Amino acid sequence: MTVQERPGAAYRPTPPPAWKPRTDPAPLLPDPEPYRVLGTGAASGADPELLLRLYAELVRGRRYNAQATALTKQGRLAVYPSSTGQEACQVAAALALEQRDWLFPSYRDTLAAVARGLDPVQALTLLRGDWHTGYDPHEHRIAPLSTPLATQLPHAVGLAHAARLEGDDVVALAMVGDGGTSEGDFHEALNFAAVWRAPVVFFVQNNGFAISVPLAKQTAAPSLAHKAVGYGMPGRLVDGNDAAAVHEVLGEAVARARRGGGPTLVEAITYRIDAHTNADDATRYRGDGEVEAWRAHDPIRLLETELTGRGLLDEDAVRAAAEGAEAMAARLRERMNADPVLHPMDLFEHVYAEQTGQLREQAAQLRAELEAEGAEDAHRAEGDAR
Amino acid sequence: MSTATARQAKPATMAQALQRAMRDAMSEDPAVHVLGEDVGTLGGVFRVTDGLAEEFGEDRCTDTPLAEAGILGTAVGMAMYGLRPVVEMQFDAFAYPAFEQLISHVSRMRNRTRGAMPLPITVRVPYGGGIGGVEHHSDSSEAYYMATPGLHVVTPATVEDAYGLLRKAIASDDPVVFLEPKRLYWSKADWSPDAPAAVEPIGRAVVRRTGRSATLVTYGPSVPVCMEAAEAAEAEGWDLEVVDLRSLVPFDDETVCASVRRTGRAVVVHESTGFGGPGGEIAARVTERCFHHLEAPVLRVAGFDIPYPPPMLERHHLPGVDRVLDAVARLQWEVESR
Repeated sequence: MTVQERPGAAYRPTPPPAWKPRTDPAPLLPDPEPYRVLGTGAASGADPELLLRLYAELVRGRRYNAQATALTKQGRLAVYPSSTGQEACQVAAALALEQRDWLFPSYRDTLAAVARGLDPVQALTLLRGDWHTGYDPHEHRIAPLSTPLATQLPHAVGLAHAARLEGDDVVALAMVGDGGTSEGDFHEALNFAAVWRAPVVFFVQNNGFAISVPLAKQTAAPSLAHKAVGYGMPGRLVDGNDAAAVHEVLGEAVARARRGGGPTLVEAITYRIDAHTNADDATRYRGDGEVEAWRAHDPIRLLETELTGRGLLDEDAVRAAAEGAEAMAARLRERMNADPVLHPMDLFEHVYAEQTGQLREQAAQLRAELEAEGAEDAHRAEGDAR
Repeated sequence: MSTATARQAKPATMAQALQRAMRDAMSEDPAVHVLGEDVGTLGGVFRVTDGLAEEFGEDRCTDTPLAEAGILGTAVGMAMYGLRPVVEMQFDAFAYPAFEQLISHVSRMRNRTRGAMPLPITVRVPYGGGIGGVEHHSDSSEAYYMATPGLHVVTPATVEDAYGLLRKAIASDDPVVFLEPKRLYWSKADWSPDAPAAVEPIGRAVVRRTGRSATLVTYGPSVPVCMEAAEAAEAEGWDLEVVDLRSLVPFDDETVCASVRRTGRAVVVHESTGFGGPGGEIAARVTERCFHHLEAPVLRVAGFDIPYPPPMLERHHLPGVDRVLDAVARLQWEVESR
């Protein structure tokens, strides 16, 4: 017998206080189709100068990816996670920001850092293996390339929040892959950003696979952009191979953040044409047909078609862009073929502001080893000379 | 004279000294921000941040969403922008979700950027047992932090050190894991908050009690235990020296080894597990440096190698005065049996 059935039970539950949603979810929901500009009516409104700039950067970016991949084959880079096929996302991310803004890249976003103006050799030190971060993040306002997934997203939130507290209109753009959206830090970063209305843009490049795991095994969400509504921020879905569309959507999100409108989650639908890295065999988890279908939706060709159709690009201009990219690749190759100069004593230099006693002892040990090696080398050289 | 009267020492708790340290740091430097779960309106579950939000506003002392990785992760970004975040982890075991941020980013940002991006973050972690806390509220996690290069790891045992070490931690350009022995939060001492004693740099141990028979090497919540044991040992004719490490990283080899060389015997005392715990490292360092001065092996008195026990059993787990004295007795036996 339950309480209610008991005869004479005096308890009469009162209804709970009226509940209503905190935020109307409808305006936060992404459009059902990824936003497109190229090949649609919206293209005629696009700024020709911007389109030409995007084109030049895309061509350079494609060549950069090819060159860096080649450098892994020559043993000059330990690894290179290529963004071939995703160049529109990389370039648009860099160009959507003002100089005072910050970029928080993941390990696949070297090209975004280079398109933002970072020296390509400095951008590649992590992957070459001579130092983890080859540049001063403050100088370029580019955080170190983050290898752990999504852990750089809360950094972007904290930085943007701090900037706003300091009265600066700085925006942080944080890049993450589809796999990274499954990580706990993705959730915590989006939640903090929304609660704090931090000026951050979260940019998911959904390239279909987290190494080998396809999106269907990664998430049951209608789209990754739909996740935004759960945090109380707008989600936008964009064609990640349409440089004009990505630039426009990111530009709007950045502008919204700058004027105090809070964070946005942007999901770009794109595809990783190359394998995860040179250590990966992509044929084990995807068919050629799929790759070919995406090749047909190539970001450079999309833009080329648009520009040619509008008479903004002729054969000479295409050739000029290709030659510029080739010159960049040649310079990169030449510089990367020189062995970096390494200083073993650097190992102890930047662990703490001031070395601990323990590190001073270890530094002395290494110094003695190096001196002994030096003596041995000198001895060997002397022997060779005889 | 009137100023001196106003600054007279009166009883203060460790929690009050910690709060005062944050208040003074926030008053002196607008870059200092406090953030964590419940640190604002409530003043922290231990009231250590009491009054800070009221005095400095919610932008300086911020109640965050309940997410430790998010708290520490956003603190990284804030530090990148020039702020000096002081984050509270509420309880030792609640800090574990933030470990990836601590280990993959906080500890190594200076190193990976060759000094270009130091992170002056203080991570306050109330730790240790003895307060009857239920599961996940009494862990001694110092060995995890000690094993991570790039972090300073400090822990006060006195009201005065609580103030001094926290001021130094907040002022440090490097990340500091600041372990607060929660069972000492309400320990009192005559302490003048208006004229705190000279603050020593991080990395210096202190001899709390001089003695000739043996050295007790200890820190944080075990310091009062060792002081009590040293008093009790007098009846046995043992004159024990007590060294309070204060800082686990950097480790003050000099003070510890000078003491052990004087006494010839050492016992390391801490709550954390013995196997893989800080005592193993300390015993090894002492043995490597003082072997020819040692009259007996360096012993450890530690918590058992078990997950932290339920509160009704914790008194059997925590190293108490008797267990310390038993170890000291074993040191004597090693000498006699030779």
